[in-house]
Amino acid sequence: MADAATKPAAIVIGASAGALGALSVILPELPAAYRVPVLVVVHVPPDRNNMMVDLLQAKSQIRICEAEDKDSIRPGVAYLAPPDYHLQVEPTHEISLSNDEAVMFSRPSIDVLFETAADAYGPGLIGVVLTGGNSDGSKGLRAIIDAGGQGLVQRPDLAFATAMPQAAAAACPEAQVLSLEDIAAYLKKAGT
Amino acid sequence: MTDDLPVAKTDDIEIRLLLEAIFRKYHYDFRNYAIASIKRRLVQARDHFRCATFSQLQDKALHDPAILRELLGFLTVQVSEMFRDPSYFKAIREKVVPHLRTYPSLKIWVAGCSSGEEVYSLAILLREEGLEEKAMIYATDINPEALRKAEAGIFSTDRIQQFTQNHRLSGGKSSLSDYYTADYGGAQFDKTLRSRVLFSDHSLVTDAVFGEMHLISCRNVLIYFDRDLQDRAIGLFRDSLGRKGFLGLGSKESLRFSKHSDAFADFSRDERLYQKLGA
Repeated sequence: MADAATKPAAIVIGASAGALGALSVILPELPAAYRVPVLVVVHVPPDRNNMMVDLLQAKSQIRICEAEDKDSIRPGVAYLAPPDYHLQVEPTHEISLSNDEAVMFSRPSIDVLFETAADAYGPGLIGVVLTGGNSDGSKGLRAIIDAGGQGLVQRPDLAFATAMPQAAAAACPEAQVLSLEDIAAYLKKAGT
Repeated sequence: MTDDLPVAKTDDIEIRLLLEAIFRKYHYDFRNYAIASIKRRLVQARDHFRCATFSQLQDKALHDPAILRELLGFLTVQVSEMFRDPSYFKAIREKVVPHLRTYPSLKIWVAGCSSGEEVYSLAILLREEGLEEKAMIYATDINPEALRKAEAGIFSTDRIQQFTQNHRLSGGKSSLSDYYTADYGGAQFDKTLRSRVLFSDHSLVTDAVFGEMHLISCRNVLIYFDRDLQDRAIGLFRDSLGRKGFLGLGSKESLRFSKHSDAFADFSRDERLYQKLGA
């Protein structure tokens, strides 16, 4: 069990094409008493019915919810970015949403979450880039590692879509490149 | 040492000082904006003005008032669509309009109107519902450039398809194309739509109450404020609304953190429409 000194302050996860399958391997592994907050950006179409929360909650022990503006970020809860809004972390460890322009055609943008979280949490942050068909998340993961945090990337050869983890691994040679099962085990151990 | 304040990051110190400078010199107050968005926008501004640091940008802002207009553009940039979140406008049409019909005259405030997409949406909705003649729409923003654009009512033609679809989904009773003429890369909206609109400069941060409103629509503005500033704005809305007046917020905004929430009842929870309780 990790002690308080090494327990991460937060985990941020980005996923695009194939996200539901990948998150369905990771989030159900986290126990109900998980001690770290999880913030997740999935590229979803901008309509307002986000099925992802219900689908993931049905399989998970931790609470899964759609992030609300100015929520205090709590351990053991996974916050999903609402469709059509950027999900950001304030220095006060509150959530803020933004309606600013899409970044690399994406709103929510993984880079925006990762960069603001890197700013707010510094070395206490773990960033995870999963399956996807674009390069969102590379810049953000770079920012997390530059701020002293850790990077995990899904093995591109095992990913539903390879481009996103490939780009992240290329931008961040320090990141560990792991299978989904290994990422799940790593995160479980880090926050239990 | 252990009890001392944590050492702030240099760029966070610089941003605080820059926002203070902008406030002291120009009376635009961004000091209580949520910092994550402001920082991203200031990074863009810093790079645009070719400054290496926020301190250099502060120097420029203090000594070259000409850049203020452009800097405001970075700080207040707003992205909207006509009839954005069609279900919101559908709820206004189906649930709020029947109440509005009962008044001899109507005052509507679009707070933080930016380049005017929502103002034209409401003007069209009121015309379709036959309420335009007795309505007055007050459209306010802090950015004079945005107000100028809003008043011009010209939107890029590549956005019209989305606007048209939104309008139809909102229960539009006419065709959106009835309201604009497409010309050299822009769609010019019917000037008569703004005959009942008054555009003006108003800040939710520093300015006061706005008068006996029947409906206030302020969407995706509060998310840029911290909790204290959100509360100030919501207090302002409460005091600006007449008895039983309506307040509409963005789809991810709510009154739940506000100390003024007791003054309102949920009117359409999913659409973030609230009604001020009768005094």
